[in-house]
Amino acid sequence: MEVSVTVNGVTHTHDVEPRTLLVQYIREQVGLTGTNIGCDTSSCGACTIHLDGEAVKSCTLLAVQADGGSITTIEGMAAADGTLHPMQQAFMENHGLQCGYCTPGMVMAATSLLQENPNPTEHDVRIGLEGNLCRCTGYHNIVQSVLAAAAK
Amino acid sequence: MIPAAFDYVRAGSAEEAISLIGEHGDDAKFLAGGHSLLPLMKLRLAQPTVLVDIGRVSDLSYIRDAGDHVAIGALTRHMDVETSDLLKQHVPLLAHAAGHVGDPQVRHRGTIGGSIAHADPASDLPATTLALGATYIAQGPNGTREIAASEFYQGFLTSALEADEMLTEIRVPKMNGAGWSFQKFNRRAQDWAIVGVAAWRRNGDSGVALVNMGSVPILATSVSSALAGGASIEDAAAQAAAEAEPQADLNASVEYRTHLAKVLVKRALTEAS
Repeated sequence: MEVSVTVNGVTHTHDVEPRTLLVQYIREQVGLTGTNIGCDTSSCGACTIHLDGEAVKSCTLLAVQADGGSITTIEGMAAADGTLHPMQQAFMENHGLQCGYCTPGMVMAATSLLQENPNPTEHDVRIGLEGNLCRCTGYHNIVQSVLAAAAK
Repeated sequence: MIPAAFDYVRAGSAEEAISLIGEHGDDAKFLAGGHSLLPLMKLRLAQPTVLVDIGRVSDLSYIRDAGDHVAIGALTRHMDVETSDLLKQHVPLLAHAAGHVGDPQVRHRGTIGGSIAHADPASDLPATTLALGATYIAQGPNGTREIAASEFYQGFLTSALEADEMLTEIRVPKMNGAGWSFQKFNRRAQDWAIVGVAAWRRNGDSGVALVNMGSVPILATSVSSALAGGASIEDAAAQAAAEAEPQADLNASVEYRTHLAKVLVKRALTEAS
């Protein structure tokens, strides 16, 4: 089935099998591998992207469900000149990552969180990131990063 | 993990969806948000040969004041239930419980109708709507019918919906100022409840339902009878597991679940009083 999606502002059209997962489509057909596959069971949040402006887990969506949609991945966060998105900058300044595997998903979930709640408390951030796991257990600095981005 | 191969068709309306599912027979499934079905398909616990995608039937996404109840379209997402001012005002227990389904990413896609039709006893919204005395509307090739939540859940992941019927609306009575509580006990924030309780109280009336205490969501009628008869919260909560048939799993034994149900019902009734 033909699927047409806009990824980071660029329209892509591909013929896909209906069972193709959105994350697979993004990584293998669009060729953007910044979105990671972690648990593959919609638990860990490593595959979080924005679909039509909201954070979703791309391992639990079919590419055909996103047909006609607008997707932002971690590659679409920085400006064209390389200037980091304020959330990325905050993660860098606050050491919000250790091994980095969960980071793309954390950044995407955190930016979606701030869209819905621009002035979160620390508790709001912790609850708001309940769908993202960091197996380095580096949550403290991740939460600090999100709070720092919110304060910018 | 990638699901087994299937054919995919997209429905533009409830009528078209019902006609498509009728055409394709027992091996076809409705796909709403997909957040219950796709995980099962990835694990090969479900292998439908046709998916009828109803995710774009946007006229089934609504929350309306209907006098004595609030009518919620089956394709309304958890996030929209959670943040609805109408529900916060008239059915705050449901809005609150919807905010505890999965995590924000899941709530951006999962739908109330999908969760109820999936009929998972460990899910939050089947038990919550059961406690509230909701009525579900099913549409089939010959029209619509009402199914009481108390008649809907027939077995593990099995509902009263016929193969060619689609859940289209959930009607939830207004709570009219009743006290309420939602208790969810789990290990990680995003997990299913090991045991959960949805409860409301208003004068002598109450509704208490249990999450993950049997093969279906459980209406704890003995608790409500005890309260109506003037029992204390402690004595009523001691009846929490009277209707339940809990099973053991990795998280908890039968004894542990039974104990937890009593503790959580006591907390819920205290908070709702």
